[in-house]
Amino acid sequence: MELLPTIWFVAIAVLWTGYLFLEGFDLGVGMLMKLFARNNTDRRVLLNTIGPVWDGNEVWLLTAAGATFAAFPLWYASLFSALYLPLLAVLVALIFRAVAFEYRGKVDSERWRNRWDWAIAVGSFVAAFGIGAALALTTTGLPLNANGDREGGPMSWFSGYALLGGFGVVAFALVHALAFLALKTDGEVRHRARRWFVRLVPAAVLPMFGWMVAVQFLSGKPWTWALVAAAVVAVVLAWALARAGSEGRAFGALGAFIVCATASIFGAAFPVVIPSTIDPAFNLTISTASSSDYTLGLMSIVAAVGLPLVIAYQAWTYWVFRRRVSAAHIPEAHGFLPAIAAKVLVSKDGAPTNPVQPGK
Amino acid sequence: MDALEIARWQFGITTVYHFMMVPLTIGLGLVVAIIQTLWYRTGKPEYLRMTKFWGKLFLINFIMGVATGIVQEFQFGMAWSEYSRFVGDVFGAPLALEALLAFFVESTFLGLWIFGWKQLKRGVHLACLWIAVIGSVFSAYFIIVANSWMQHPVGVEMVDGRPVMTDAWAVFTNNTALVAVPHTLFGALAVAGAFLLGIAWYHLWRRRHDGIDTVGKDGRIIPGAAPHIPGRDKADYTVWMKSLRIGAVVAMISFAGTAITGDLQGKLMFEQQPMKMAAAEAACHDGTGFSVLSVGNLGAKNCDDIVAVIEVPGILSFLAKGDFTTEVKGVNSLLGEYKEKYGTHLPDNPLYGDRAGQEIQYVPVMEVTYWGFRMMIGFGGIAALAALLALWVTRKGAVPQSKWLMRLAVFGILAPFGANAAGWIFTEMGRQPFVVAPNPDMNGIDQVFMFTAAAVSPGVSAGEIMTSLVVLTAIYAVLLVVEVKLLVKYVRGGVASAMPELAHGGDSTEGHDKDNDTPDKSGDDVLAFAY
Repeated sequence: MELLPTIWFVAIAVLWTGYLFLEGFDLGVGMLMKLFARNNTDRRVLLNTIGPVWDGNEVWLLTAAGATFAAFPLWYASLFSALYLPLLAVLVALIFRAVAFEYRGKVDSERWRNRWDWAIAVGSFVAAFGIGAALALTTTGLPLNANGDREGGPMSWFSGYALLGGFGVVAFALVHALAFLALKTDGEVRHRARRWFVRLVPAAVLPMFGWMVAVQFLSGKPWTWALVAAAVVAVVLAWALARAGSEGRAFGALGAFIVCATASIFGAAFPVVIPSTIDPAFNLTISTASSSDYTLGLMSIVAAVGLPLVIAYQAWTYWVFRRRVSAAHIPEAHGFLPAIAAKVLVSKDGAPTNPVQPGK
Repeated sequence: MDALEIARWQFGITTVYHFMMVPLTIGLGLVVAIIQTLWYRTGKPEYLRMTKFWGKLFLINFIMGVATGIVQEFQFGMAWSEYSRFVGDVFGAPLALEALLAFFVESTFLGLWIFGWKQLKRGVHLACLWIAVIGSVFSAYFIIVANSWMQHPVGVEMVDGRPVMTDAWAVFTNNTALVAVPHTLFGALAVAGAFLLGIAWYHLWRRRHDGIDTVGKDGRIIPGAAPHIPGRDKADYTVWMKSLRIGAVVAMISFAGTAITGDLQGKLMFEQQPMKMAAAEAACHDGTGFSVLSVGNLGAKNCDDIVAVIEVPGILSFLAKGDFTTEVKGVNSLLGEYKEKYGTHLPDNPLYGDRAGQEIQYVPVMEVTYWGFRMMIGFGGIAALAALLALWVTRKGAVPQSKWLMRLAVFGILAPFGANAAGWIFTEMGRQPFVVAPNPDMNGIDQVFMFTAAAVSPGVSAGEIMTSLVVLTAIYAVLLVVEVKLLVKYVRGGVASAMPELAHGGDSTEGHDKDNDTPDKSGDDVLAFAY
C-alpha cells in the first residue's frame, strides 16, 4: 500500500467532511430561507447567522476539488467530466447563491428580496443535491471506459445512488441547519428551530444511511460498518440532547454523525476512488489515479502547515461572531437618499432653492 | 462547431468575464486597505468615508469574482479532462495551494472585515482587510504560476508520456511567472486607479453642477455644503478630491509598472514563444521594425497578403533584445522550425477525435494577436495619459464643468479593463495551437508540450458543452447588468449610501471615535453590519 496516496485519500476525505460539516449548515440555512422563515426579519436573522462565514465555508469545496486535481488528476478528470451536466447545475446554483447573499439587501424592495431569496433557497438545494449525488457516484460507480471517460451519453451517470446521495446531503443540511440555528439564534426562531430539529432529525438522516449502507454492501470493511453503528449512536444522541434543550451538544453530536458518515463511506470505498460499472478492471484507484510521490510529498508539507492554520483562523471567526442573533438585533432596512437625485440648486449663500424631496 | 471549439469559446468567455471582476477586486482591495490605514493613522473623517464608500463598491464587485471563480476551477476537469490528466501532476498543485493558502485567507478575513466593524478592535479590523488583500495577491501569484507553466513548462520530467514535477522551486519561480505576476498586479491597480478617478470626477462635477461648490476668481475651488442632501457637506468634497488624486496617481504608477514589467515579459516571450511575438507583430519576414499599422488579410495562412504600412525600424529589435539591429525572426522562418520540431500533422491518435491527422496551424490568429497586443498597450497608455491630464486640470481643486469631460472620465474607467482583457486574449491565443507551449531552446525538457486539440474531454459531447456555454453566458450577461446597476446605484448614492448614519444627521466620523477603539461588549451591537 502506498503511503502518500493513502494520506491524500484521507486528506480529501477530511476536506469533504469539513465541507459537509461547515457548508452543510449554511446550505441548509439557505433552504430554510423559504421553508422555515416566516417574514423578512426571520430571513435576515437566518442570513446573519451565516453572513460572516459562508464564503469561508465554500472554500472547503474549492480546496477539496483543487486537492483532488493535484493529488489524483485522473480522479478529478474522470469525475468532473463524467458528471458534466450535474456539476454545471451545481455551478449555476453556487453562482446565484453567492451573488444573492451579497445583493439581497442592496435594494430596498420586496420583489427584489423575494427573487434573491428564491435564488438562495433553490441554489442551496441544487448545490447540496448535486454535491451529494457526485460524492455518492464516486463511491458507488460510474460507467467509465479504459481511459476513464464516461460511456453512454450525457445522462449515463444516473443511478439510484445519485438520488440517495443527493437527498442524503439535502436532508442532512436541513437538520444540521436547524441545529445550527437553535445554537446561533435567540427568541422565537431558536425555539422553533429546536422543535423542528427534534421532529425531523430521525427521518432526515435516512437517505444518508441508505447511501452509507449501500457503500458498505458494495465494499464495506468491519471498521467501516462499525462507523455506521457509531453514526446511529450520534444521531440518537443529537435527538436526545436537542429534546433536553442542550443545543450546543446536539449540534456537536450531529457533527459527529457527519464525520462518522463520511468516514464510513470513504473508508469503505478505499482504495478505489471511482469504481467503473463497465468493468472492474477500469476502476480508478489511489495508485492508478494519483500524482507522483514528489508532488504528493510537497503538497503534504504545505497541507500539514496550511490546514491547521485554516482551521485555527476559521475557528477564531466563529468565536468572534459567537453571539446569538435575534430579531431584536436586526437593524432596520434603510433606503438611502441618493446624493445625486433630481435637480438640486443651491443659491450663493448656501440655502437650497429647491430642497430635495425625501426619496423612497 | 465541435466540442473543442465550443469548449475554447467557453473557456475564453468565462475567463475574460471572471477577469473583469478580479483586477478590480485586487486593485480596489489594495487601495481601500491603504485608505483605511490612513484613517487608522490620522483619524481624519474623510478617510473613514472613503473606506466605507469604496469598500462598498469593492464588495459588490468582489462577490462576482468569487461566484465566477468556481467555474474556472471546475471546468478544467469538466471540459478539459485530457488536459487535466496530462498536466495534473504539476498544474494541480498551484491550484490546490491557491485554494488552501489564498482563498481561505481571502474569504475568511474578508468576512471578518465586513461584519467586524465595531466588533473587532480597530487595528485588528484593519489587519483583517490587509490579510484578505494579501490573500488575493497570493491567489494571483498561484494562478499565474499555473498559467506560466502552460506558457513555459519547467521543473518537470516526462514519465510515461506525462510531465512529472521534479523541481517545485523551478515551477514556483518560473521566470515567466515572476514577470507576469507584477505585470498582472499593476494591471489590476490600473483598473482601480481609473475606477477611483472616474467616479470621483463624476461626484466633483456633480457638486459643481448642483451649485454646491463654486470657483473663486483665482480659479480655486470653494467647497460648499448642501445640508439637505445626506453626506453632501464640505468633507464630502475632500472625499472626492482625495479619491481623484489617489486614483490618478495609482493609474500613472501602475502604467509605468505595466510598461516596465511588460517589456521584460516581451523579451522573455521572444525567447520562449517566438511565434507568439512574431504574430503579435504580424511580422511575416525577419526584420527589426515595429509595425505601427499593418493592413491586409491578417488571417491569411501564407502571410503574403500582409503589408506593414507604417513601420518604425529598430523598435522591434529593441522590444525583443534591447538593441536596434538584431534581426527578429518572422512567422515564415519560424513556421519551418516548428514544422520540423513538432510535425506537420496532428498524430493519428483517438484523443484528437476528428482532428487526428489534420495539418497543424502553427500561426495564431493574427488579427487577434496583432490587435490584442496593440489594444493592451493603447488602452493602458490612454488611461495613464488621461490620469496625468486629470491631475493637471484639477490642480486648483476644481473639475471643469464640461459634461463631456465628465463622461469621458466615467467611460475612461473601461479603458484599463479593455487593456487587461486584450492582454490575456493576446497571450492565450498567441500560444495556440498549443495548450502547453514547448520551450524552443533545448534545455533538456523540450518535449513537454500539448496541442490544444488533444486537451478536451473525450467523453463529453458537443451538446453538453454547448449547453453550459449558453447557460453560463446568459447568466453572466444578466449578472453583469445587475452588478453594474448596483454599482451605479451606490455611486449615485454617494458616501451616504455606504454610511446611513450620515443621512440620520449624526456624523460619527469626527476624529477617533472612542467607541470604535474597543469592541462593544454590551450586546446591543451583535450586528454592526447586517445583511
